[in-house]
Amino acid sequence: MRGKLVLEDGSVFNGFLIGDSAFGEVVFNTGMEGYQDILTDPSYCTQIVALTYPLVGNYGVNHKFNQSERPLCSALICAELCTQPSGSDCEAPLADFLAQYKIPCFTGVDTRALTIKLRSSGTMKGGLFPVDTPQSTIDQTLNRPLNSKVVEIATCKERYVLNGDSDGLKVAVYDFGIKRNILDSLVARGARVIVLPASTSAEDCLKLEPDLIFLSNGPGDPADLDPITEQIKILLGKKPIFGICLGHQLIARALGAKTFKLKFGHRGVNQPVKFLDNNRCYITSQNHGYAVDAQSLENVPLDITCVSLNDGTIEGLKHRSLPVESVQFHPEASPGPNDCAFMFDRLFVRADG
Amino acid sequence: MPKNKSMNKVLVIGSGPIVIGQAAEFDYAGTQACRALRDEGFTVVLVNPNPATIMTDVDTAHKVYMEPLTLEFLTHVIEKERPDGLLATLGGQAGLNLAVKLEDAGVLQKFNVKVLGTSTDAVRHAEDRDLFKKAMEAINEPVAQSMIVEDVDSAVAFAKKIGFPVIVRPAYTLGGEGGGFASSTNELIDIAVRGLKASMIGQVLIEKSLFGYKEIEYEVMRDANDNCICICNMENIDPVGVHTGDSVVVAPTQTLSDVEAQMLRSASIKIIRALKIEGGCNIQFALDPHSLEYFVIEVNPRVSRSSALASKATGYPIAKVSAKIAAGLTLDEITNDVTGKTKACFEPSIDYCVIKYPRWPFDKFYYADKTLGTQMKATGEVMSIDRKFEAALLKAVRSLEIGANRLYLKKFADWSDEKVIRHAKRVDDERLFAIAEAFRRKLLTVEEVAAETLIDRWFLDKIKNIAEVENKLSSLIPPTHPLGASPQAPAAAVPLTGAALQLSNAGAADAGGNHAPHLAPSPVGGSVDGAPKTSSALGLSDELLIEAKKIGLPDVAIAELTGGSTAEIRRRRKSIGLLPHFKMVDTCAAEFDAQTPYLYSTYNAETSDALPPSHDKVIVLGSGPIRIGQGVEFDYCSVRCVRQLQKLGKFAIIINNNPETVSTDFDTSDRLYFEPLTLEDVQNIIEYESMEAPVGVIAQFGGQTAINLGVALDGEVDDKDRYFILGTSVENINRAEDRDAFDNLCEGLDIPRPKGAAIFTVEAALAAAAQIGYPLMVRPSYVLGGRAMQVVYNDEELTAYVQRAIAASYGKHPVFVDRYLPGTELDVDAVSDGKNVLIGGIMQHVERAGVHSGDSIAVFPPLSIGKPTLETVTNYTTTLARALDVKGLLNIQFVIADGKVFVLEVNPRSSRTIPFISKAAGIDLVDLATRAAVGLPLEQTTIKRPKKPYYAVKVPVFSLAKMQGVEVGLGPEMRSTGEVVGLDYHFSRALYKGLLAAGTVLPVGDHESLTKPCILFTVADRDKAEAVKLAAAFADCGYDLAATEGTRRAFAAAGIEAKPVGKVHQRSADIIKMLRSGVICMVVNTLSDSFINDQTSLSMRDGFKIRRAAVEIGVPCLTSLDTANAVLDVVQFARDRRLVYSLAIQDYLGGDHAAIPIQYY
Repeated sequence: MRGKLVLEDGSVFNGFLIGDSAFGEVVFNTGMEGYQDILTDPSYCTQIVALTYPLVGNYGVNHKFNQSERPLCSALICAELCTQPSGSDCEAPLADFLAQYKIPCFTGVDTRALTIKLRSSGTMKGGLFPVDTPQSTIDQTLNRPLNSKVVEIATCKERYVLNGDSDGLKVAVYDFGIKRNILDSLVARGARVIVLPASTSAEDCLKLEPDLIFLSNGPGDPADLDPITEQIKILLGKKPIFGICLGHQLIARALGAKTFKLKFGHRGVNQPVKFLDNNRCYITSQNHGYAVDAQSLENVPLDITCVSLNDGTIEGLKHRSLPVESVQFHPEASPGPNDCAFMFDRLFVRADG
Repeated sequence: MPKNKSMNKVLVIGSGPIVIGQAAEFDYAGTQACRALRDEGFTVVLVNPNPATIMTDVDTAHKVYMEPLTLEFLTHVIEKERPDGLLATLGGQAGLNLAVKLEDAGVLQKFNVKVLGTSTDAVRHAEDRDLFKKAMEAINEPVAQSMIVEDVDSAVAFAKKIGFPVIVRPAYTLGGEGGGFASSTNELIDIAVRGLKASMIGQVLIEKSLFGYKEIEYEVMRDANDNCICICNMENIDPVGVHTGDSVVVAPTQTLSDVEAQMLRSASIKIIRALKIEGGCNIQFALDPHSLEYFVIEVNPRVSRSSALASKATGYPIAKVSAKIAAGLTLDEITNDVTGKTKACFEPSIDYCVIKYPRWPFDKFYYADKTLGTQMKATGEVMSIDRKFEAALLKAVRSLEIGANRLYLKKFADWSDEKVIRHAKRVDDERLFAIAEAFRRKLLTVEEVAAETLIDRWFLDKIKNIAEVENKLSSLIPPTHPLGASPQAPAAAVPLTGAALQLSNAGAADAGGNHAPHLAPSPVGGSVDGAPKTSSALGLSDELLIEAKKIGLPDVAIAELTGGSTAEIRRRRKSIGLLPHFKMVDTCAAEFDAQTPYLYSTYNAETSDALPPSHDKVIVLGSGPIRIGQGVEFDYCSVRCVRQLQKLGKFAIIINNNPETVSTDFDTSDRLYFEPLTLEDVQNIIEYESMEAPVGVIAQFGGQTAINLGVALDGEVDDKDRYFILGTSVENINRAEDRDAFDNLCEGLDIPRPKGAAIFTVEAALAAAAQIGYPLMVRPSYVLGGRAMQVVYNDEELTAYVQRAIAASYGKHPVFVDRYLPGTELDVDAVSDGKNVLIGGIMQHVERAGVHSGDSIAVFPPLSIGKPTLETVTNYTTTLARALDVKGLLNIQFVIADGKVFVLEVNPRSSRTIPFISKAAGIDLVDLATRAAVGLPLEQTTIKRPKKPYYAVKVPVFSLAKMQGVEVGLGPEMRSTGEVVGLDYHFSRALYKGLLAAGTVLPVGDHESLTKPCILFTVADRDKAEAVKLAAAFADCGYDLAATEGTRRAFAAAGIEAKPVGKVHQRSADIIKMLRSGVICMVVNTLSDSFINDQTSLSMRDGFKIRRAAVEIGVPCLTSLDTANAVLDVVQFARDRRLVYSLAIQDYLGGDHAAIPIQYY
């Protein structure tokens, strides 16, 4: 069906809409592979994801690439959706996967033009509509606010345990919309992992007597999560804490720092990060629309450990006295380079010591 | 870490001549590196004897030594220049090998020269098969089961152990020379013998064949701080088994999942760290298509053909960054020039699809074995970009300039279904074309082709998509009656001329169902909405036309398929606003604003990125892929032209499709269009660029490609108000090219031409021959898969030739019969503004007329031509330049016979010798020609020439060892792939340097030695008298002689002793054995008269075998006595003069005070 993407500022992009209308914040990711990992990353919850690489779905889908049970994004935008995939792991075409989870797909789109729009005007709300949708319907849709309760959608409903038989490090994981490969990375290093819903109180968490508390990635604006931030404040100093992405932002906020919205975010697998202790640079996988404000760190006991080489924003923080550390990027990759997998190793060395 | 402060002067080793496996990519890489080093404040000293490159221009390096790339010459340069550092990773394999030799010989230590970037130790670990295997085993990276052997027996024994098929890879060679794929003991013996000889260290690797695995390449970089990044990954469409240089390659990988891609990326980074490479590195993997199993095939610790491709594919300047890393900078300290904001420490993300397609020389080498394997055969390549794979593939195909405007060859019309199927399964240069034809004829399914070829079905599906659209288009032509047509009509319809017929909704008839939504029309241009399904005289719906353009079919192909005319399709397309958009290559998939105007066209878009500026614009048409006859020289000319235009304040735009070249570097021009050089593609760009103001187009620098385009553009009357051809008018170009017009012109100017005629029948040919007299030079006006020019000596040969030529052209095209004058040839390059003429230089050919000018040794200034003759040549040149109102360059070939000067041909455009003569004479001819082309008079420029005369000798370089089955002998058809220059104050030493740089090395003769070097003579009867003198002179210089029976008898009669050698067909092993054992150090073999007939006679086949054996074994083989005389000259010179002397071109040219102003005529 002929369709169109209408952005908040009125700009229109044409294409073909497979599935229903959709609404959400429109973001772009520059990774050239890993579409299934991206679609199933809960951090994209309710967002409309545009992929800049034009040929999408080439190697089909396989359940093992899923980063969560199901995709939580609102829709996929791409230039060309491959209907005849070929790959050693191909179980089904991407179109089938999207249909199964009722994720609309908007194809035949000039995604480069869309990316340039988002990069210059910033990410914004947008809606996917059949081409003949009346303007009043479009206006009505675009006037809706973005969902601010996305973590509630993305988090697990109940606590569960992974690798329960292990006598390794006991890690309590706050699930704000965690990616499967973070859990896998912890388990692979022998951890006994207890995954907690985002609403878990600090008290309940500490009752588990974890060796390490892990704050996961997740969707949305960290400023919408003050109740959770309050619980983190309680946790600080009690146990070693490590955070990734949203977890990183929440630690900073719990210590009094501020976060701000990036113009168009960092979403891709080619993001260079420089570690300030040894001047080493690594290519990382990233997916974040918010960042910790460096100026707000003035009276906060956090040191910057690494920065984005592209725009200088904060990519890692470390507490001056407490065993609290966090990174904005995704050391677990999936998709993307594994260059920073050593972050997990370090974590275990430190938590052990 | 900032730049290394202890370093001031850096020696850069270039890659030498263009050969198969080492082409223009090193000009690009080397130029970028030299400039980067200059930017960092180093004094740059370059050694590279290739005159045809931008790299060896005086403004690329502070000192340019055009000296042979040998240990002796490099040592001399080092001793003289005392560089602090040596950069060898930018000169290809030749540069690396030389750096290793310099270290082994203790030269680097002696003069305290530090190797910059990747160390020689790292080079050894990557290049020495055994060390490499150990290094990989140490880090648990799998390499295929393999063994290094130094003799054939061990090769066979190991192959039997691991099982056939096996791959043979010689250590330290170019383009896999001497390697191969063996599926039996006999095949293995053949290949192993060749490989052991080709290897610099006499080692070959016998490796388990991974045939059918996916071949994946990674381009990675590392700096001294151990930061590692991956620039690009690439997937070979041809699976393992075909050399990557001969594979169609796509970037980024298309069929790899993130898990697979990251697995190989991580392995690449592990490897580059383990080998401690500093700079760029190419790593090749074989990946099992059915599992995560992979093997590391090869590591190239240097910039390479693939890195040039990766640079152009992503916009990331690998060579430049490698050079800066070598200078001591780290990736995070280097700015990404494309964005101007971000750093070089990042991984490019691309939002389009890139195809590299090899360009093979089989159009010149008809008898060559066209099978593709582990030995590279392509001379060049094209690259194309689109947002759709199919469109990128079709752009690449039409960029090749092989007469195909889509995946279809005209000869398919005569092919039976069986033949198509057979060829679809054959691994050769036409495979993808045959597969497409099989899909069009519905002879094979994707599954069948995938099973047979092991090409991933993803690629085959895309080719099938193209075939289906083509079938939809061709089904619009009804087989019998217009209204009785079925949309399912057979593919091989006969194109109708004139207006095609109405066929409503034909295109839409099967548009539903199987097709992906993206294949259906998408809203390009507002007028599509609500437009009627069929809106023109053609039965072609808008939807189908849009689909055809999106998939990449050019108008000319759509016209062919639908039976319309190209003009009609074009008008139709424009009437519905169906025009391409132009997108930018920016390294970052639009994440950041980019500064570099590097563009490609696509119909798969809604908007263009960059609007055309309203400056005073000039478009320079490039020269496309490197092929025999049209090499890097024309890229040199294009680049010089762009630079001069910029100096003149113009906005210089270049259109080209060759990823190996300087012209397609993102910062060479003000705007680069990476596009096919076809009329439609170029016209689209011109129309886009001329929206605001008309643009000028320069066609004279891009070889025949650009000239043909210029002529075609000029013919498009409609658009003349939007653009104009700068320089010599098309009318005058045609006057020079059209035989009759040119004859008339010369007659009017009283300039003699060899007598000739254009004939259509054998009778006419014989009549013409009777009038003109033998020998005759014959050539078809239209080449059709047959041979081209030949010399014939009698009626019998003429009849045979003409019969074949007439049959090949169905009697439609004339055969030219010209008097062959076996005199001395002169080549003149001049520049003119139509009034003033400047003679750039006159070159004398060493070989007599009849040898293609591109294949002869040429000397500047002429050695043995009298002043009156030179004056006549100057006069004729000046007269012709004015008569043709030449505005720019002009090349004329003369032959001097019986004391008279004849004009052979005039080319009012840049010639192959322009860079050579520009450097040899110290005049920037392209700069002057560019001024003339844009309408500036020449007299405003004063040009000076150095005071102290010196000689420049151009020596051709051949890649014949890699082209099995190809004739070695020199003839009227060009065969060389590159050239070198020898410069010296002494002619003989200049010649020596040229020969040495070209790889013709002769051991010094020695009277005292018991085992004197031996020269084998086997010459045609008509050459025997001359050969006797030559042989005597060689014997006098301390060489033994050997000769085949006839030649030996002639020698004996003159009292010269020569070892008798049996002819090949008499005692087959004799000569070949002597060649192999190294007893014979040079072969002088002139072609018998019957060369021109079919290769039937015994002596003919004999000679052919000897020449092939010599070339494959690496023994110099001279097929012209003139060349042999030149070698003799060097041998005689060597007796009492030192041979190693080096001087930079800047020193030959001297300062202005030493210069003499040049005269304008």
